[in-house]
Amino acid sequence: MTATAPTRPNQSKAWIKEVALVGGFALVFAVLIPLLIPVSRLQILGRFLSLAIVALGIDLVWGYTGLLSLGHGIFFALGGYALAMNLSLQLPKDVIPEFFGLYGVEDLPAFWEPFKSMPFTLLAVFVIPAAIAGLLGYVVFRNRIRGVYFSILTQAALVVFFNFFNGQQKLINGTNGLKTASAQLFGANVGSEGVQFKLYILTIVLLMGAYGLCRWLTSGRFGRLLIAIRDDEPRVRFSGYDPTAFKVLVFGMSGAIAGVAGALYTVQSGIVSPQYMDIAFSIEMVIWVAVGGRGTLVGAVLGALLVNWARVLLSERFPEVWLFFQGALFLIVVTVLPDGIIGWFRDGGINKARAFLGFPPKSRTFPAVDLDENIQREREMVDAAPPASGESR
Amino acid sequence: MILQGLFDVLFNGLSIGAVLLIAALGLAIVFGLMGVINLAHGELMMLGAYTTFIVQNAFKPLADTPLFGLYIFVALVAAFLVAAVMGLFLERQVIRYLYGRPLETLLATWGVSLILRQFVRSVGGSMAIGLVLFSLLFWGGQALLRRRPDWNQLQGRALAVLLPLSGAIALVASFLLNGQPALAKPWFSARNIDVTAPGWLRGGLNFAGLQFPTARLFIIALTLVCLAGVYWFLQRSAWGLRIRAVTQNREMSACLGIPTDTVDALTFALGSGLAGVAGCAVTLLGSVGPNLGANYIVDAFMVVVVGGVGKLVGSVVAAIAIGTLTYLLGSGNVPLWMTQLNLTESLKPLFDFFSFFATTSMAKVMVFALIIVFLQIKPAGLFPQKGRGAEI
Amino acid sequence: MSSPILDIQNVTVSFDGFKAINNLNLSLDPGELRVIIGPNGAGKTTFLDVITGKVQPSEGQVLFKGRNLRNTAEHKISRLGIGRKFQTPRVYFNLTPRENLELSYNRSKNLLSTLFQKPSAQDREELMRLLTIIGLAGKANVPASILSHGEKQWLEIGMLVAQSPDLLLVDEPVAGMTDEETERTGQLLISLAETHSIIVIEHDMEFVRQIARQVTVLHQGSVLCEGTMDQVQNDPRVIEVYLGEPQEEPA
Repeated sequence: MTATAPTRPNQSKAWIKEVALVGGFALVFAVLIPLLIPVSRLQILGRFLSLAIVALGIDLVWGYTGLLSLGHGIFFALGGYALAMNLSLQLPKDVIPEFFGLYGVEDLPAFWEPFKSMPFTLLAVFVIPAAIAGLLGYVVFRNRIRGVYFSILTQAALVVFFNFFNGQQKLINGTNGLKTASAQLFGANVGSEGVQFKLYILTIVLLMGAYGLCRWLTSGRFGRLLIAIRDDEPRVRFSGYDPTAFKVLVFGMSGAIAGVAGALYTVQSGIVSPQYMDIAFSIEMVIWVAVGGRGTLVGAVLGALLVNWARVLLSERFPEVWLFFQGALFLIVVTVLPDGIIGWFRDGGINKARAFLGFPPKSRTFPAVDLDENIQREREMVDAAPPASGESR
Repeated sequence: MILQGLFDVLFNGLSIGAVLLIAALGLAIVFGLMGVINLAHGELMMLGAYTTFIVQNAFKPLADTPLFGLYIFVALVAAFLVAAVMGLFLERQVIRYLYGRPLETLLATWGVSLILRQFVRSVGGSMAIGLVLFSLLFWGGQALLRRRPDWNQLQGRALAVLLPLSGAIALVASFLLNGQPALAKPWFSARNIDVTAPGWLRGGLNFAGLQFPTARLFIIALTLVCLAGVYWFLQRSAWGLRIRAVTQNREMSACLGIPTDTVDALTFALGSGLAGVAGCAVTLLGSVGPNLGANYIVDAFMVVVVGGVGKLVGSVVAAIAIGTLTYLLGSGNVPLWMTQLNLTESLKPLFDFFSFFATTSMAKVMVFALIIVFLQIKPAGLFPQKGRGAEI
Repeated sequence: MSSPILDIQNVTVSFDGFKAINNLNLSLDPGELRVIIGPNGAGKTTFLDVITGKVQPSEGQVLFKGRNLRNTAEHKISRLGIGRKFQTPRVYFNLTPRENLELSYNRSKNLLSTLFQKPSAQDREELMRLLTIIGLAGKANVPASILSHGEKQWLEIGMLVAQSPDLLLVDEPVAGMTDEETERTGQLLISLAETHSIIVIEHDMEFVRQIARQVTVLHQGSVLCEGTMDQVQNDPRVIEVYLGEPQEEPA
């Protein structure tokens, strides 16, 4: 092991490469694809891209920090509701959204008031989910509740939020949710093609932003600490770090990212409803990350796009098959592909598959070995010596 | 009046608690003894419920005789067996590869639960035949090939051929059979099914001016029986001793000749079987559907979290506490009492508060908040596992 | 005589009535290297748990540099200057040795500086020096999971040193090491003892003899006796509970 693999010297070059790659993909999505498909389909793609943003948030807490959240639907929906409330309030003065009339509510509930302001709403879209996530994280992590207990509690929290939003018709229109398609935004209809296209572009920009944020968080010392917490949390404590603070922060960040994603998803699908807090939807978010490859940001995005694409393909043609397929996906990813698609390729998955099927793996030589003078000399000696008896090639 | 209300709360709380407990019992065993989170537990309950439905239909010819009333006991046994066999299959095929990785188990069992849910929706003659065909080809083929001396090298390649091949044959077969309307028709479909409770469970007992539905009393009794059975099995039987031994120290148990594999399978089958019994029990409370599991699973997990995994009694206390609180808050009894005691004026904010939470779904919100508060005081539940090894 | 760096006064730890540590008294002077031995179940690891705040004593108190450690969180105790090495090597498997050390070495361990600070050139130099000392310079950038057992032990000792604590708690540092590695570990600990106070828990008597100046014997949660290796070895009580028959002392 005299020649260690040079992993770092080209750091700046790697950066440029990555930026170019991400930028290139963004350009393909923003320029090329709109030329090829109609806006109605673009809207669907935009929704998937917003789901890819949540996947990044999930990857941050699960892939890097080892916290499996089954409740990201809460933050997703909160972001969506925040924006939808603002859009519902784009009305003449002293007129309140129509649905209130159904339940005999005459005055706007107090907590709606601030959502009349656009700047407040834009803040609320990520600050409220972040605050709720941070609070939930704090009361759980503070007591060193971890692992599956954390997962179960996030799921219970999800059910609770669902019940709350579902049951409160007079406050938030209950099970019907809030519709945004016909709302006015800067004088244009939100559902119109022009606005939808702009939202699509905005989604790409924010996806890149979320990617950049997660990249920054996970690449430095902070990112290494997240991995350390995942690997051995008590050890982190004995090294002098307080894992609770880091976990709360990263869970809050993840909540914020989910909130932004939820807002984008809401305006591109025209409605936000308690269904966004369905148990199955939140677990599905985890499988996107798992399919792509947890602990890699590209994997999270890739997984979200792939699984959702498969969902559209399957549920349009054979709606019955989709749940079977999804269930099988969970099983396959957990048992056969624990590191997802990206991890499979990274760990020489092709060779592993060959070995599993009983074929010899393709051998590779490291250039470093060939260049090593000592090894060269040894080889020459071996070649010069007569082959040992009975040995065949 | 208030006394009567109190009685009402106690009984209904106990009754809800019993349902929670019977749903959580299997979960608590599997989680406490094996550290496995089974998100498909609710779906095993659903299988139990559907088994009850089938058994009841089988008893239909006897509908006019008193024997019909006894179908519930047959159904209990059948539900236990069906769910236990399903659990056994699950453990052998999936879960045993995931021991020590609880988060992965959680995801895998969720996958299983999705499949089971869709399965009862779409299972029909053609699908059943396809499944049987697949099992025959896939496992039968493996059994045949296993006899070959070079099985070890062949294994991977054989699986890669057998799996798609038998899958494809089964798929094509069921597609072809779908042409027959009789075979294509789903047995249960996505609609809810109704199980008619036997006559003797439909009435109620009158006591002190209150009505106690027999079905609920039956569930309470059934829960007690299950609890006693589980306690006896774990504490007094030879296999129970082995299960506890493996929980404490797996390596040592293996060295002492305890078949740890069998113990794992048995424990999981037991937990799953109890889910089946729970599923049978909830058919008495109303109609059941493919999504039955989702209604119970989160509450059942809360029981385990609050109770802690150290002792079964923790689950008992937690279930009754959560049941009673949910009913107390959700039934609107508190604001009612306040009205009766003329406290509405003096304690207006409190009255508004309790009125706000006086629906079943809002009560859940409140109970969750209380659980979180409780976990601030006792993070590992009522009866945590103790000692140095409890938390690494 | 300076005041003791660590002073354990009448500490009792009980789990459900079982006293893992029973009325234990022990004090350690600055710069001392103390070896603690004792049969299995003597409470050695619980003893470290109490000092590092993982377990709260049911009675009694632990004073570190005169400060009572009761109700102080583990990470705060660590920041006060107590470092701990675990029995089985606990390093972060998915990080490289360099990153492992860097996390320990980092002086400002709060949230914001972890987010925004980068290691300075001087820090990096220091880390490289440390990597050389623990013999991992050549493997600085491979995942720690592929290191050998001995290398992991060394990495964890390195993490401990990087933390630059005043008191090092080392739990069975040579378990599973080859003789040569054991020897080197002993030398490392002795050289560390010049600048740190150290408590070592060990079973390997050869190793104990190599490094020990002062030995404390724990038995059933209390101190059985204290003294030099020779004194301890010849104490009849120790022979009875731990070393067995005098002739059969472990080689």
